[in-house]
Amino acid sequence: MSLSGAWYLGLAAIVFTIGAVGLLVRRNVLIMFMCIELMLNAANLTFVTFSRMLGDIGGQAVVFFVLVVAAAEVVVGLGIVVTNFRRRSTTVADDLHSLKG
Amino acid sequence: MLETLHVATSTRVAWPDLLVFAASAAVILIGALGVVTSRNPVHAALSLVMTLFGVAVLFIEQEADFLAAVQIIVYAGAIVVLFLFVIMFLGVDKREDITVEPLAGQRPLAFVMLGITLGGVIAMLAESHWVTGAHQVVGPIQGHISDSASPSGEVAQLGKQLFTTYLFAFEATAALLVIAVVGAVVLARRPPAPHEPGETHSDQGQSDRELSA
Repeated sequence: MSLSGAWYLGLAAIVFTIGAVGLLVRRNVLIMFMCIELMLNAANLTFVTFSRMLGDIGGQAVVFFVLVVAAAEVVVGLGIVVTNFRRRSTTVADDLHSLKG
Repeated sequence: MLETLHVATSTRVAWPDLLVFAASAAVILIGALGVVTSRNPVHAALSLVMTLFGVAVLFIEQEADFLAAVQIIVYAGAIVVLFLFVIMFLGVDKREDITVEPLAGQRPLAFVMLGITLGGVIAMLAESHWVTGAHQVVGPIQGHISDSASPSGEVAQLGKQLFTTYLFAFEATAALLVIAVVGAVVLARRPPAPHEPGETHSDQGQSDRELSA
């Protein structure tokens, strides 16, 4: 338990940026969702680390809520992906441009 | 005197902790890179499971046992399985070409943003005290998480906090989950045929054939 919290925060920063770059670079909607999950996990790791560093259980409570919101987000997001696939037979984000002006 | 004892123990490098951290950090980073770089969405989902397990190990390492269990059950057990189900249901589990760049110059810009973000966050961590804001960065947990007065540990603490301090947020997440379920049902429902209500079956068959074609 004597490992400094900075290690965990640095690791979380790296994972967050990997997820952000994946979200920017990839075009498959499913993989973009997975990159969002990566970023959420990095934020969770940060919350747990601060919870340990500050001796406050509130950070862990926030992580609990983040988990619930992530589950709801994935359910609705994948529902949208499935509905879109029925109409257009694609999961590539660049092909969904019917609202483009 | 207790403080000096803590400082004395915390300056000594704990090799098991360092080993656990290094192993799980390697697992997390390999998994994260696998999510971003793998061409098959199924491989990406399995790499995501790897990252989630690594994060769960780090949760246990930081005395968040309940959250580690929830992480495995909810993330690896439900969310990733849902991902895999949708991938295989839609039949998009084939290799995609990620060498082409749809928008010219997007990837270099993305990596520039990566450098800026990572550099900024790590510089903030290194420089400013307000980012960490800790009473004590190294050493054992302060405060009431691992208080000896409550032998039941952090699970009881977390439950008490959830049902007192965060009660409104807890009820709000209940409402959110119900709304998400209703939304998923509405999204997944096929729209009925507008004019001939008796021919919905043949219409469905036709759209199924279109989907599989």
